[in-house]
Amino acid sequence: MKYNVNSNGFYGDFGGAYIPEMLFSNIDELKKNYLRIVEKDSFTREFNFYLKKYVGRPTPLYYAKRLSEKYGSKIYLKREDLCHTGAHKINNTIGQILLARELKKTKIIAETGAGQHGVATATVCALMGMECVIYMGEVDIERQRPNVERMRILGAEVRPATSGSRTLKDATNEAMRHWINNPDDTHYIIGSVVGPHPYPDMVARFQSVISEELLGQLKKVEGRDYPDFVIACVGGGSNAAGIFYHYLDNPKVNLVGVEAAGLGVSTDKSAATTKLGKKGVLHGSKTLLMQDENGQVTEPYSISAGLDYPGIGPLHAHLFDSNRGEYISVDDDEAMNAGIELSRLEGIIPAIETAHAFSVFDKLDMKGKVVIVNLSGRGDKDLETYIKWGKY
Amino acid sequence: MNRINKLFKDKKDKILSIYFTAGYPNLNDTTEIIKTLDECGVDLIEIGMPFSDPIADGPVIQDSSNVAIDNGMNLNLLFKQLEEIRNITDIPIVLMGYVNPVYQFGYEKFIKNILECDLDGLILPDLPLDDYINEFKPIFDKENLSFIPLITPNTSKERIRQIDDNSNGFIYMVSSSSITGKKSSFDDKQIQYFKDVKGLSLKNPTIIGFGISDKESFKQACKYSHGAIIGTKFIKEISNGNLRESIKDFIASIRS
Repeated sequence: MKYNVNSNGFYGDFGGAYIPEMLFSNIDELKKNYLRIVEKDSFTREFNFYLKKYVGRPTPLYYAKRLSEKYGSKIYLKREDLCHTGAHKINNTIGQILLARELKKTKIIAETGAGQHGVATATVCALMGMECVIYMGEVDIERQRPNVERMRILGAEVRPATSGSRTLKDATNEAMRHWINNPDDTHYIIGSVVGPHPYPDMVARFQSVISEELLGQLKKVEGRDYPDFVIACVGGGSNAAGIFYHYLDNPKVNLVGVEAAGLGVSTDKSAATTKLGKKGVLHGSKTLLMQDENGQVTEPYSISAGLDYPGIGPLHAHLFDSNRGEYISVDDDEAMNAGIELSRLEGIIPAIETAHAFSVFDKLDMKGKVVIVNLSGRGDKDLETYIKWGKY
Repeated sequence: MNRINKLFKDKKDKILSIYFTAGYPNLNDTTEIIKTLDECGVDLIEIGMPFSDPIADGPVIQDSSNVAIDNGMNLNLLFKQLEEIRNITDIPIVLMGYVNPVYQFGYEKFIKNILECDLDGLILPDLPLDDYINEFKPIFDKENLSFIPLITPNTSKERIRQIDDNSNGFIYMVSSSSITGKKSSFDDKQIQYFKDVKGLSLKNPTIIGFGISDKESFKQACKYSHGAIIGTKFIKEISNGNLRESIKDFIASIRS
C-alpha cells in the first residue's frame, strides 16, 4: 500500500496529528481503537446492514449513453447521489456513529459546508438516538437553507460559525473547540478525509465501499475490474478518496481530482488548493494549504459550499505531490455549465460540487477509454444557486 | 541556566505570568506592554503570535488575533520589535502560538531569531512531541532554550512523565478541559487533578493557566502550583482606555 497511510499516520510528507494537548486523549483513543473496532466481524456486519437496508447500497453503476456519445468515451456514473440523504456522505456517518457507540460516546458533533455532511450526521443521530450539534458557517447557512431545515427537522441543533470567513473552515474550528470543551462524552464526526490522524484514514475506509462495489460492477460490464480514468470532485476529498481507494496502487488507473477554481486561480476568489496551496498545518494535519506568506490561512471561495475549503486531505496532497493523481481546477462557470449538461443529457441534476467533476472531459485524453465519474451528490439542495446563476 | 530556570530557582510560588497577543490592540504596542509589565513586577511574559485559526482559543483571544493580523502583525515584524527588548527588561519571555505561522517562517530561522532577541522559550500547543524532539530539541538543549508543554486533566500519568522528561523550564497545566477564557473558579475534580500532578513530583515546575482571571482564582491556582497564567482577562482589560493605566490597575488588582 504505497499510497495509503503509514503506521505513523502520514501519507508521504503529509498527515500526522497536529493537535493541542486538549485533544490528545480523544485522538489517542481513536487511534488506538479504530482499527480494532472497524475490523471486527460484528462491526462489519452491522455497517453493511445499514449501508444496504438504510442507505440503499450498492449504488448503481450507470452507463451514461448520451454523455458517452458526446465525448467519444465510455462514461459510467457511480450513483452516490442515490444514497439516502442524497450524497456519499452518509457512508462515513454510518461508520462513525457505530464507532462512537462502541466508544461509549453519547453525543455527536460535526461541521458542515454544503450541509450534506450535516444532514447525513443528523440522520444517523436520529437513527441511533444521539444528541447532535452541527456547526455551519453563517454564509453557508444562507446559501444552503434547505439543508439547514432538514437538519433541524431531524432533531439536530445547527450552530452558526460566525468567525473568519464564516464558511466550512470556521465551522471546523468551532467543532474542534466544542470537542475541546466536551472531551469525555462527545464524538466528533469529521465529514471529510481531513483532520488529525486517524480521521483521514478512517473516513477513507468508510468511503472505500464506493470503489469496492465498483470492482465487481465494472468486472460485469467491462470484463475487467478497473477503469482507465476515475474522476471525482475534491474539497477535502472524501468522495474522491472513496472512489480512488481500491485503485491507489493500480498504475493503470488515472486518478483525477477536480478542484474548485471559483472565479479563477489568478483571482483571489478560488479554492484550488493544489494550484494555490503550500505545505502547512491546519485542523490537525500537515497538508497543502492556501495561506499567505505569513502562514495565515486565506479565505477560499467557490460557488459550491462543499468545495469551499482552504486545504485538502493529506492523502490527496500526497497523490498530487507524488504525481500519482492528476488534479485539475475548474471555475464556477465551467462547473455550472457541466451541471446543466448532465441535466440535459442524462436527466440528472448534480450537486454543484459534483458538477465540477463533469467539466474536465475536454481536458483529458480519454477518447475510447473507460471513464468513471463519481456522481457524489444530487442537486436538490442547490436549486437556489442554479436559479441565481440563471444561464439555462 | 536561562532566565526561566533562574526564576523558578529564586521564586518558589505566586509566579505571575501574563499572556498578550502581539499586535493588539495596536500594531506597535508590544514593547510598551512589556515595559509596563516589567514595571508592575510581573514574573514572566508570554507573547502570543497571532494565527487565523486558533482552535484552542475562545472568542476574546480569537478576536485579538484577528485584529492583530489586520493590523499587520507577522513574525518578521514581531522579531523586529523585540530586537532591543533586553535593553528594557530582564524578565523571561516566551513566544506562544500555533505551528503553521512558525512552519512557514521556517523552524531554523525562527530559532535563530529567538536567540538573536535573547528570548527564553516557546509554547506551541499543536506541535506533536515527536516533531519537537526531532526538529527543535537538539538546538533547544544546546542553546538552553525552554520548550513549555501543556498538560490537561485528560493527560495520562505516563504521558505527563514523558512530557516532563522531554522539556525544561516549566509545564503549562491547563486547568480544565476547555478552550481559553472559559471558567473562573475550580471545582473538586480540577483540584484533585492539581493535587495528583503535584503528587507526581515532576522535575519541572508547573504553572496553571486557562480560567485564571482575578485575585481569587490566582490565589487558588498558586496553592497547587508555582504560579498562574492570565491571558483572556488581561486582553479584555487592555482593549480600551489608556494602555499603561489599564495594565497597572489590572496587575495591582491581582497582586494586592
